[in-house]
Amino acid sequence: MSNFFEKSDLSRSEAENIISDTLQKCDDGELYLENSKSESILLDDNKIKNSSYNSDLGFGFRAISDEVVAYSHSNEISKNSLKQSSENLKSTLKSVKGTYNHEIPKSNKKYYENINPIEQKSLNEKIKILNEVNNYLRSKDDSIKQVTANFLGEQKSVEIIRSGGETLTDVRPLIRFNVSVMLEKNGRKETGVYGVGGRQSYDSYLKDDNWKSVCDEALRIASVNLESKPAPAGEMKVVLGPGWPAILIHEAVGHGLEGDFNRKKTSAFHNLMGRKVASEGVTIVDDGTIDNRRGSLTIDDEGTPTEKTVLIENGILKNFMQDRLNARLMKTKSTGSGRRENYRHIVLPRMRNTMMLSGNQTQDEMIKAVDKGIFAVSFGGGQVDITSGKFVFNCTEAYEIVNGKIGSPIKGATLIGDGPSILKEVSMVGNDMMMDPGIGTCGKAGQGVPVGVAQPSILINKMTVGGTKL
Amino acid sequence: MVKDQEFLEKKASYCLGLAKKFGATESSVIVNNSVSETVNFRNEKLDESNRSDDLGISITTYIGKKKSSISSSNLLDDNLNILIEKCVETTKNTPEDEFNSLPDKNLLAKEVKDLCLYDDTHIENDQKIDYLKKLESAASNDKKIVNTESSFTQNKSNFILANSGGFCAGYKTSSFTASSVTVAKDEKSMERDYEYSSKCFLKDLDTAEELGKQAADQTIRKLSPKKIGSEKIAIIFDKRIAKGILSTFASAISSSAISRGTSFLKDKVNQKIFSDTINVLDKPDILKGLGSRNFDSEGVKTDTLKLVDQGILKHYLIDTYNGKKLNLKSNGRCGGTSNLYFENGNISFKDLLNSKSKSLYITETIGHGSNIVTGDYSVGATGFLVENGEFKYPINEITIAGNFKDMFKNITLANDLEFKYATNSPTMMIEGMVVAGK
Repeated sequence: MSNFFEKSDLSRSEAENIISDTLQKCDDGELYLENSKSESILLDDNKIKNSSYNSDLGFGFRAISDEVVAYSHSNEISKNSLKQSSENLKSTLKSVKGTYNHEIPKSNKKYYENINPIEQKSLNEKIKILNEVNNYLRSKDDSIKQVTANFLGEQKSVEIIRSGGETLTDVRPLIRFNVSVMLEKNGRKETGVYGVGGRQSYDSYLKDDNWKSVCDEALRIASVNLESKPAPAGEMKVVLGPGWPAILIHEAVGHGLEGDFNRKKTSAFHNLMGRKVASEGVTIVDDGTIDNRRGSLTIDDEGTPTEKTVLIENGILKNFMQDRLNARLMKTKSTGSGRRENYRHIVLPRMRNTMMLSGNQTQDEMIKAVDKGIFAVSFGGGQVDITSGKFVFNCTEAYEIVNGKIGSPIKGATLIGDGPSILKEVSMVGNDMMMDPGIGTCGKAGQGVPVGVAQPSILINKMTVGGTKL
Repeated sequence: MVKDQEFLEKKASYCLGLAKKFGATESSVIVNNSVSETVNFRNEKLDESNRSDDLGISITTYIGKKKSSISSSNLLDDNLNILIEKCVETTKNTPEDEFNSLPDKNLLAKEVKDLCLYDDTHIENDQKIDYLKKLESAASNDKKIVNTESSFTQNKSNFILANSGGFCAGYKTSSFTASSVTVAKDEKSMERDYEYSSKCFLKDLDTAEELGKQAADQTIRKLSPKKIGSEKIAIIFDKRIAKGILSTFASAISSSAISRGTSFLKDKVNQKIFSDTINVLDKPDILKGLGSRNFDSEGVKTDTLKLVDQGILKHYLIDTYNGKKLNLKSNGRCGGTSNLYFENGNISFKDLLNSKSKSLYITETIGHGSNIVTGDYSVGATGFLVENGEFKYPINEITIAGNFKDMFKNITLANDLEFKYATNSPTMMIEGMVVAGK
């Protein structure tokens, strides 16, 4: 655990006094302190291209009065700096007359260990594995023209001090291991990317040569794409594989169910609470409590313990995801979804691990049910316009389905749909729910946070596939 | 107040000294400070104020051909000691790479010209609030507008770049940015759109009324969109989308993508990749330019480059490392382009709209559908159906797709170039793309 006041002219009790003084008559607010250490080691083009280390320290001071948020952040944890921030907040919130809400739920549960993954493995060991990755892949297939592999490791210590001195802390490990290969054959180039990660040590993912399966998967995707033909254009049936394709859920409904957009009534879902928004059998949760997952958090960035929030139950819209501000204004409770990229940013309601739960059909049944459509297995990323509800995601591995059988691979294409109606088009839900491999980062208002997704195979009756073949 | 040159220089030289002391043969350092003040409004009321004061340092140390780097926001001397010692230690343990080095001395910028990038004016939060009040009042005039969010940011930055070869330079920059996002609603639909203005000098900023009205008009016209069928059709890209296509071109000619062999434009220098009429320039010395600079992030002088001349690719964007790998000299593009733009075409916006009996005018795309390895392009899109030069009705939930290799050869540009961003394009028409809809 970091001691943020150790090398500062500011003592903890002085800080507590400034916080309590600034936040009196505010409705909410806190001082958020953060110390993060991260590393990146990159192998590319047969060489260790980059080894870098970052150490970031700073605070963000927030005061909230009714709907107005005042925020000030700095890298310098000092008496002067905190006082200046306090003045900034006070000058924004000129006449405050609220009552500070001291209530914050408590929990002893922890969803990851207090470790520093960077220190647990030496630089030489990490470099050795990256070189093995490179040699392993290049010896496997002559058509491999480029291999990129990298390790990203991080330990983030946070401390939240609320008015009155109540303090909440968390230490969050996070790692990610990625492999990307490019193949070239008969003048055609294609890439395949795969990775794993979560809130554990590197060894949890790399032991027993587990890294080889990551390499094999990246190579497999690239090889499939080398044989791909142009994707079709137009509306058709789509079968999504289990796991990572759940970014459909993240984009199509996840963002639209975040509290801020619904309080402001700018989400296409804001007037649909309690209404049917998905087919029967569709249940979607956002869960911050799964051990060691990338999107899990012991407490959120306001200090609220995370939870498993049911968003859609058997087709009916049940809950939005809330931080403290939006919960208070919508007269409900925080779901432990208040997150920020780091101390430079304000808190927003965000997703953690967003999951569609299993039904009881098989992927085989779904494929058989499709005369003409596509089977999408892997995706690059997605985006949504929460107001119109339209969302897209980009296939990186997909096949055509002809008369109930999987056919040729097709080129990467964008799929587009309408969030509030797409889940009503889900006609089969598989029994094969799977988590993604732990590589997702979600962007909102310029802030990236680690998230997870999960889903079983699903059959969607109608979606627009953005290929080039008419 | 943003930190002055003297403070940043002192930190930089302290770091270079430490790197040498711990055993680095060469080193380079960037120290920067950025102070921003933002006020956000929502529905004509104050919503958020945000002040940020960011200090940062990043150091790269070399031991012969070995290299490693660190960065930190904690500039206290004892922290820098620990980090730089760690950095040099890591450098020792990192394998050699024959292409690692500081830039060639004779390529470094010799002088720092005043490009008018810094306006000392300070706009108080109360003045920002006045601006936003006017903006939101103009934006919410029409009853169909149900939500407005707008923001005003003042940013002042300063930096120093120094290396052990004796280079040491930096300068202040400023920006003033206002934006407005509006939501409009009718019985059938809810739509969002935005307008934005960013300038180095406060007095050049668009007026609040213009900005608010523009955002509202652009949102209202999107209401009650239709979905169209799948077909091959000419696409007209609004300037704000056309610039994205130019950015993709820039990533595809970056020397890193070229040297790694992961670009569809590899080995295309001196070949025709665009139609005859197309010229692309990267001009770093535009006064008050949002992408203007004296040198790149390694200190190499940046001159104007005509990247594409009458359709022919003339240069890659080259930094020191990838330059050495490709046996080419750096042209000062470490960190990317400066003020990148397509030169104007020969026809007016109106004539471009009129040039086809039917076309699609695209105002927004979503998704990350540009693949620079293969050149494939496929994104979600929103826009309008245009018939005989008239906007007929709004369209959404479609995708547009093609391959850049073909798209580049089918570009026609209007003559309405403006310098609104760092990367700019006139309105652009591309024929032969596929729309997927119903």
